[in-house]
Amino acid sequence: MEEIGNLFTGFATVLRPFNIMVMVLGIVLGVVIGVLPGLGGANGVAILLPLTFSMSPTSAIIMLSCIYWGALFGGAITSILFNIPGEPWSVATTFDGHPMAQQGKAGEALTAAFTSSFVGALFAVVVITLIAPLVAKFALQFGPAEKFAVYFLAFCSFVGMSKEPPSKTVAAMMIGFALASVGLDSMTGQLRLTFGIETLLTGFDFLIAVIGLFGIGEILLTMEEGLSFKGKSAKINARVVWETWKELPRYWVTSLRSCIIGCWMGVTPAGATPASFMSYGIAKRLSKRGRNFGNGEIEGVVAPETAAHAAGTSALLPMLALGVPGSPTAAVLLGGLLIWGLQPGPMLFVEQKDFVWGLIASMYLGNIVGLIIVLTTVPLLAAILRIPFSIIAPIILVLCAIGAYTVHNSTFDVVMMLVFGVVGYLLKKCNYPLAPLVLAIVLGDKAEEAFRQSLLASQGSLGIFWSNGLVGTIMALGLIALFWTAIQTGWTRLAAKPAV
Amino acid sequence: MSDHASGGDAGPSHRVVELGVAAVMAALGVVVIIGAMRAGIGWGAEGPKAGFLPFYFGLFILGASLINFIQAWFDPGRKLFADWSQLRQVMSVVIPTTVYVAIIPWLGIYVSSFLLIAVFMRWLGQYGWRMVALLSVAVPVLAFVVFERWFMVPLPKGFLEELLGY
Repeated sequence: MEEIGNLFTGFATVLRPFNIMVMVLGIVLGVVIGVLPGLGGANGVAILLPLTFSMSPTSAIIMLSCIYWGALFGGAITSILFNIPGEPWSVATTFDGHPMAQQGKAGEALTAAFTSSFVGALFAVVVITLIAPLVAKFALQFGPAEKFAVYFLAFCSFVGMSKEPPSKTVAAMMIGFALASVGLDSMTGQLRLTFGIETLLTGFDFLIAVIGLFGIGEILLTMEEGLSFKGKSAKINARVVWETWKELPRYWVTSLRSCIIGCWMGVTPAGATPASFMSYGIAKRLSKRGRNFGNGEIEGVVAPETAAHAAGTSALLPMLALGVPGSPTAAVLLGGLLIWGLQPGPMLFVEQKDFVWGLIASMYLGNIVGLIIVLTTVPLLAAILRIPFSIIAPIILVLCAIGAYTVHNSTFDVVMMLVFGVVGYLLKKCNYPLAPLVLAIVLGDKAEEAFRQSLLASQGSLGIFWSNGLVGTIMALGLIALFWTAIQTGWTRLAAKPAV
Repeated sequence: MSDHASGGDAGPSHRVVELGVAAVMAALGVVVIIGAMRAGIGWGAEGPKAGFLPFYFGLFILGASLINFIQAWFDPGRKLFADWSQLRQVMSVVIPTTVYVAIIPWLGIYVSSFLLIAVFMRWLGQYGWRMVALLSVAVPVLAFVVFERWFMVPLPKGFLEELLGY
């Protein structure tokens, strides 16, 4: 198998001392980011992106993806000890994780959470290793129409699958597309939507949007809630870890189910948050001890954590193979690829083998290192959370400002960051989803290019999107995803009728 | 727009904010449509013109915002957006940050960050001067070492850095 050989080359790349150092640094930073309120995976990676400008692309992606793994791990700590989800995808972990901590079983809950995260991530990495090269090979044959169809499917899934009202998802997404189109039109070289304002010539950078929407917006939300951290202390030692590990294999069915749910939700851009909720819900329904969920069932920690990590990791599959990121953080990583001069998409697997397989190998090692680091440093991390927010908040603000400035060395971007921050706060409060907005800014240009190239080829006929079986199937899947909620309610009604 | 909000003195109603957000978005949609029409929304020699797709983005924004506006309008809920004390908390971040962002081009990021952290800790956290001085100096210095020296990423500088010869 060619892939196995490539993977081992990847391991050789990752095991260089510099890359190992970068990996550990990334994970430690990531865990801290995941623990701190106001800093999450997406904006944490965005802020630290400039640090990688002077590195080789492979080292850079290793560091950034490890920050991401770290953030995924870190979210569980605050959920269990403080009942405050550090990340949206760890909300479901609070349901049973915090009750366990209240019963003095914080160590068990944390071990279960970390181990499940690890299992979910590992499952997803194996899936990526096996499937991504095939998808990429397949996608190499894609013309502009097929490319557009894939974008279409991704964005339709957002509308159909998100829990926010579709009209709000569409509004947020279209604003993202509109922001993406500001500035120079790449196909005609014409300026558009600038209204003669000079600073708009270069358009809006999605990194600024990410830092503002997720970073500043999150701080404002945290301030409003007036957080004071009152947490349980965690005692985690080798014996607790060992005892929990002995108990965990009992939940292999839940674990496997959560892995599959997570991978599915991660590849289709539904993301880690719905995956964790869905997995928790199904586990609750199917488990023999389902009634006791919410009172500190270890299975209720296993299910959401496994799914969240599987989803967070598998979100990188479409990013690598198709150039379509499955989550905001994957989108930031994709933005990183562009900055380092790499063209995301299937050609990566042909032209940048070192990079792709280095990244995949680092996912294996990164998660092992991550598991060890979080298991050994929990008390330290819990101490970070006890630092009052009036100290943490200005430091995060400073980091956000530095991150925003370094994208283009422009102080105007720092102003935009603040604007995005206030907007993000309002949108979040009004239940608008932010992920489609960010993904639309990232993918807007590419989706538009694919669309216009298709139309050029077909002389303006939309029929090109149904012209062959492949593109037609993807478009049809997109439409199904778009109207998923309607189809579902229709189906339940239809099924319920004979019974009445 | 709404008299219901004045029922309690506790804060702005969620509905009003929701209506406002939808209205601003609708206006944005109109702006996008106008901008797209200026760039040309038809077909040119090179295929679809620059404003072709943005025109539809604008239409979608306008349409979706109208739906959101109507839904918010008929929303019977009397939910609060946030009470005034919470909004005061939020503003206590927004105002210093606005000043911070405004002074960065003049003072550079290090001096501005020092001021931001100091004000924040002293004003909101009510820490002692020693603690304030320690952290507000340490963070910019650390940022300088990490970014400017270690990763060689230049950050905006002001008079202080000039005095020190950077």
